Amino acid sequence: MTRHFLKASVLSACVLACTSVGTFAAGPAVEIEKVQWPFSGIRGQFDKAQLQRGFQVYKEVCAACHGLNRVYFRNLTQPGGPEFPEEAVKTLAAEWPNQITDGPNDEGAMFERPARLTDPIRGPYKNEKEARSVQNGAYPPDLSLITKARSVERHAHWTVHPFLMLGDIAKGYQEGGADYMHALLTGYVDAPADVTVGEGMYYNKAFPGHQLAMPSPLADGAVTYQDGTPETVENYSRDVTAFLSWAADPAHDQRKRIGWQVLLYLLVTTVLLYLGKKRIWANVKH
Amino acid sequence: MSGHTSSYEPTSRWGKWWDERLPIARMMHGQFVDFPTPRNLNYMWTFGGILMFCLVAQIVTGIVLAMHYQPSDTAAFNSIEHIRRDVNYGWMIRSMHAVGASMFFVAVYIHMFRGLYYGSYKAPREVLWILGVLILLIMMATAFLGYTLPWGQMSFWGVTVITNLFSALDTIWDGLGTGIVEWLWGGYSVSGVTLNRFFSLHYLLPFVLTGVVILHIWALHVAGQNNPTGLDIKAPSETVPMHPYATSKDIVGLFVFIMLFAWIVFFAPDYLGHADNYIEANPLVTPPHIVPEWYFLPFYAILRAFTGSFLGIPLGSYAKLLGVLAMFASVFILAFTPWLDTSRVRSAKYRPWYKIAFWGFVFTCLALGYLGSKPAEGSYVMWAQIFTVLYFAFFFPILPLLGLYETPKPLPRSISESVLGEGGHAMPAGAAAAPEKR
Amino acid sequence: MTDHVEDANRRDFLVIAGNAFAAVGAASLIWPFVQQMNPDASAKALATTEIDLAPVKEGQAITVMWRGKPVFIRNRTKDEIEAAAKVDPSELPDPEARNAALPSNDPAVDANRVKAGHENWLVMVGICTHLGCIPKGQTMSDVKGDFGGWFCPCHGSHYDTSGRIRKGPAPRNLDVPPYEFVSATKIKIG
Repeated sequence: MTRHFLKASVLSACVLACTSVGTFAAGPAVEIEKVQWPFSGIRGQFDKAQLQRGFQVYKEVCAACHGLNRVYFRNLTQPGGPEFPEEAVKTLAAEWPNQITDGPNDEGAMFERPARLTDPIRGPYKNEKEARSVQNGAYPPDLSLITKARSVERHAHWTVHPFLMLGDIAKGYQEGGADYMHALLTGYVDAPADVTVGEGMYYNKAFPGHQLAMPSPLADGAVTYQDGTPETVENYSRDVTAFLSWAADPAHDQRKRIGWQVLLYLLVTTVLLYLGKKRIWANVKH
Repeated sequence: MSGHTSSYEPTSRWGKWWDERLPIARMMHGQFVDFPTPRNLNYMWTFGGILMFCLVAQIVTGIVLAMHYQPSDTAAFNSIEHIRRDVNYGWMIRSMHAVGASMFFVAVYIHMFRGLYYGSYKAPREVLWILGVLILLIMMATAFLGYTLPWGQMSFWGVTVITNLFSALDTIWDGLGTGIVEWLWGGYSVSGVTLNRFFSLHYLLPFVLTGVVILHIWALHVAGQNNPTGLDIKAPSETVPMHPYATSKDIVGLFVFIMLFAWIVFFAPDYLGHADNYIEANPLVTPPHIVPEWYFLPFYAILRAFTGSFLGIPLGSYAKLLGVLAMFASVFILAFTPWLDTSRVRSAKYRPWYKIAFWGFVFTCLALGYLGSKPAEGSYVMWAQIFTVLYFAFFFPILPLLGLYETPKPLPRSISESVLGEGGHAMPAGAAAAPEKR
Repeated sequence: MTDHVEDANRRDFLVIAGNAFAAVGAASLIWPFVQQMNPDASAKALATTEIDLAPVKEGQAITVMWRGKPVFIRNRTKDEIEAAAKVDPSELPDPEARNAALPSNDPAVDANRVKAGHENWLVMVGICTHLGCIPKGQTMSDVKGDFGGWFCPCHGSHYDTSGRIRKGPAPRNLDVPPYEFVSATKIKIG
């Protein structure tokens, strides 16, 4: 049946390709470049030093507007993440500018207190309404899931599309959101002459529609790295995107590690079962 | 069942005592150990067992997830994140359940295409086939309800679009459709009320499904399995006991399937989902394109093929109703296949024209799936309309006409002849018993 | 003998009546179980809402929630009203007014979509009549479609400045909910 399937699908693909070349026109595509991340593909794992630098960029740049509400300070110490020492994170939490609303206290009033390890990494705004009123109507989204909530769209011809999809599964391509983030952060360019950029908007070649309310957040040398990594927009963008990829998928390293163990086990078992089956059927014509 | 008697003989006193009161061991032995299965089944026949595995896996992972999930509009999205981040191995169990739904459909579609290819729907297996169509329907309902539960943008808008399909009934009787929609929603829009009842039904339906699966297996064991030649079993020598023969083959197929399943769970868990479902539901922001899960795409393409006009025929205000009817008809028509196919030969192996029609139908389904993922505009609409026509044309008139006009290849006399090469020659043309001659 | 027959008849009648009563009871028990799924008292209680229109300047629009649905309120400019009034309803995909305050076969002229004396205020349920998405067109930067009104991004329906369907798969004009002006700048929806 498989052989038939291949034959038939190739045949019908050819027939359709000949009769309808170019009828499926691709839309105005924004090509997002694929980045080779340390965590790319089926073998990749996060680079601890990069996550630490990425957190520094988040803290010194992004945190001015964006929250990270689904990540807790305690997560910064856990394995598979930036793995900061617990004491350092305790201090970091206590000094975090956006405090935690707690209460009610004995007088029945709510109050603000410094964050602890068990608290989320709060952004500067209490809610979307406050953010929009401060930011001229724009809303800086929470970044905890941002790399999962974005993706890159394939704009291939329909005859190629299925093979790219199978390739993505085989290669374990899950970094579309990260690729998009990096393209966005490094995508601020001067607007082409024929485009008028709206008031309070900035031109970005990766953003759908090309105009967004966030000004270019990164500039060379804006964040001082401790480990001697060159302080360029390119590196800042890669590091913070890696950090946010971890924030969206903190079980990532464990997932791939267990995945290999499971697949190895399955492979051995399947081979044994197949040999057993051959033995059982050895004297039966079928 | 099927006149096959179990060879089970209890040996212990306890076994005898039990066998006289509830002979369940006898029944299981008869149905799943020494049950006669055709010796020439290929790996396409392992998908029944694979589907049984999928059902059990979905129920087990689902029950576990329900221990941590909160069905409320304010808490649902957060509880999924809690499962992904904080629950021990929660990320893995959630992926198994989400990817498992897709794998369930992969397996069920292969199982159905196998049935179509080898004519497994033909007498005496019509009821077996119809129960299968019912299983597909319940699976679709369960998957749809389940996709609501993460309460992301695609969940919310998917439910809004699909439940709104019923409002098409307003065309028949004003207020009927809207009434049904509000009844389903429990309000004037999709809300937490809707989510809560969908969770309740999502938990219920798998057990209804299990009931129908038991009937499906029962019907299978009455008629016996079809086989690649499509010929009836003529002698006991053409069968082998289910255990260890079929079981040893099934488990190999199952493990290959599980390897693919595990690959996606561990290396591409979000591949089959949509990025927008990582954004919490927001009733005031519609995502740019609303697409269902991949396994609904062919049906979605049929739904959207009915716009203002269909291949040049203006549809006016009936467009929406016709789209909805066509979508439901595309599933229900499967139930009529046993009567639409007029051929007396079962297997496509001996039906040269049907073989072509079958692969054309497979291609049509894939093309509809591709078109369902594209925006309904420009040439996509026209192609969706053409493939919708081809989809229905396969069932009528192609199936009935093929049976009347196709000349099948000579059939082997029996499974023994086909497998063992006994007799060594095909049945002479014009032989009185030759079923391919009409 | 006759007594015996009569007896049997009476017994038949009693058995039938008893079973019929039991069946009616069982059938009526379905009613509450079906009804419990309909909108509940708390949902129905939110059936009306009052909105102050004073802050909405000409050319601006606001979205308010009514029965969990967004309601679009646009303070239309003179140009928009003129463009809407020029259209002949018989040429529209949906020639009916779809105004809750008017009978169903009234034509979809612009005057039938608004309240007399308040022609600048267009109040509509902001849900696409195709499959229930929220059309774009409420904020200044939104795409408003080919007819300057609203555009549904889901399946590409274009609505004009009177909220009437002009192009795309939607079958009906956007619905005008029941509402009234309680003062010059305040309306009550529902």
